[in-house]
Amino acid sequence: MTLTAKAFKYGDDINTDYIISGKYKFKSNDMEAMAVHAMEDLDAEYYKKVKPDGGFLVAGKNFGMGSSREQAPLVLIHSNTRAVLAKGFARIFFRNAINTGLPVVECDTDLIDDGDELEVDLEAGVVRDVTKGSEIPFAPLPPVMAQLLADGGLVEHFKKHGGFAL
Amino acid sequence: MGQDGTSPLAISALARMGVEAVFDSAKVAVVVDHSSPSPIEGVSALHTMMREFGKRTGARVYDVGEGVCHQLIPEQGHVVPGDLMVGCDSHTCTYGALNVFSTGVGSTDGAAAMAAGKLWFKVPETMKVTYNGALAPGVFSKDLILYLVGQIRADGATYMSLEFGGPVIDALSVEARMTISNMAIEVGAKAGLMRADDKTLAWYQGRGGRAPAPVEPDANAVYSQEVVIDASAIGPQVAKPHTVDNVSPIEEVAGTPIAQGVLGTCTNGRLEDLGVAAGILAGRRVHPDVRFIVAPASRRVYLDAIEAGHIQTLVEAGAAVVTPGCGPCVGTHNGVPSDGENVISTANRNFKGRMGNSNAFIYLGSPATVAASVIEGRIADPRPYFG
Repeated sequence: MTLTAKAFKYGDDINTDYIISGKYKFKSNDMEAMAVHAMEDLDAEYYKKVKPDGGFLVAGKNFGMGSSREQAPLVLIHSNTRAVLAKGFARIFFRNAINTGLPVVECDTDLIDDGDELEVDLEAGVVRDVTKGSEIPFAPLPPVMAQLLADGGLVEHFKKHGGFAL
Repeated sequence: MGQDGTSPLAISALARMGVEAVFDSAKVAVVVDHSSPSPIEGVSALHTMMREFGKRTGARVYDVGEGVCHQLIPEQGHVVPGDLMVGCDSHTCTYGALNVFSTGVGSTDGAAAMAAGKLWFKVPETMKVTYNGALAPGVFSKDLILYLVGQIRADGATYMSLEFGGPVIDALSVEARMTISNMAIEVGAKAGLMRADDKTLAWYQGRGGRAPAPVEPDANAVYSQEVVIDASAIGPQVAKPHTVDNVSPIEEVAGTPIAQGVLGTCTNGRLEDLGVAAGILAGRRVHPDVRFIVAPASRRVYLDAIEAGHIQTLVEAGAAVVTPGCGPCVGTHNGVPSDGENVISTANRNFKGRMGNSNAFIYLGSPATVAASVIEGRIADPRPYFG
């Protein structure tokens, strides 16, 4: 699968409180309504920038640190974030992203600037920076996680196979 | 296990999977603690969803007033040493102090675990953390873990298991050990394990749980990293806004004015914590410019603290005691700070906006540091209150 969109770049250690604040998370189960608040403590315009044409959230190290809230990947999906590219991910966010069907790519994001047009080939393990004309390789996901992502997340995997079939 | 911020999503995921029953209702519990009692109708609807889930599946529901999930799960005997346990809350690593491999997962993970009794895991590497020496008066387990977070930073142990040990850990009470394991996630760890000793096994007496089956480190265990800390050289530590790894010795932040103090949470809301604060506040008053919010970790802790006289002491000193739960720490209700205010809290996180206002500043310290600070109206070193 190859995804195409523009890069929206942020820094290191972006925690799940920044991705979706606890004050919204606990109020509702409506992800579409909550998505307008995605990333708002860091960038109040995030939803408006990404929603119309989609985008890649590009960050530094330890993306998604902090709480286990699955609302974090869900509001990113609902804000039309196609994938998250980071130098590294916190453990629970990484699991949640795979389980909910949000592609996560671990690569050298120093080579990407805000606003670059990117093509991300998940199977080949390469990010093509169309703006710069460069390529950034990355290790594709291990088979267990790749299968969950290909099935569209853990719920779809269960529906398809009637339980774990990894 | 799930709480009211994560269980509703897990219950919806179960429904979307087409699963109606949980794999074993005796092994599933949900806890209403993050917004408890409900402050608004949207939350009330989520709580109703949890209660109906309990009736439908036979899963245990801990409702308003019973306490914080990470106190209840061990306190009520749901886990015993040697168990593998997952919870839809990042601080599920707390029970590592009780020799339980417990780890935080998301809601869909929680749904799969409830449906199948199984989950996919990546086997973690292990970092061994040894605390040598002894704690000085006025220094507590919270200071030990804050110091470690400051040293190895927020991603210092991503995806690893921490194994805590050494004479200082051996000397700590089970409650104090839980404070350390609770914050394993603040360095990115999957678990924060300790050995089960006589204190651990005694702690389980009378809790109605299954027979413990403690797990020991292998004699030939390989560690990816070993950290040795001289606890004798550590004084009170404070995490400054807006990250948990922004840690300083108290001397560097003492004197910072505060508007609110919080004592409680899954990190430091247990009987011993309330007792330390009550010991400092006995016969003293909370500073007139400070609100002091106290949330006992559970109904059991609350009752024990009443019996011990701690609640009387704290309330006489000026504390406002709220329902056992997570509200003040997680910004849902019960003490959202105002713009520009500084708060000192016994919680485990100080991210911007964590307490419900992104224009407030959160400092983290031990119950003793919070008690000394609410008396003085500024961040204060608790050591002068210990003889």
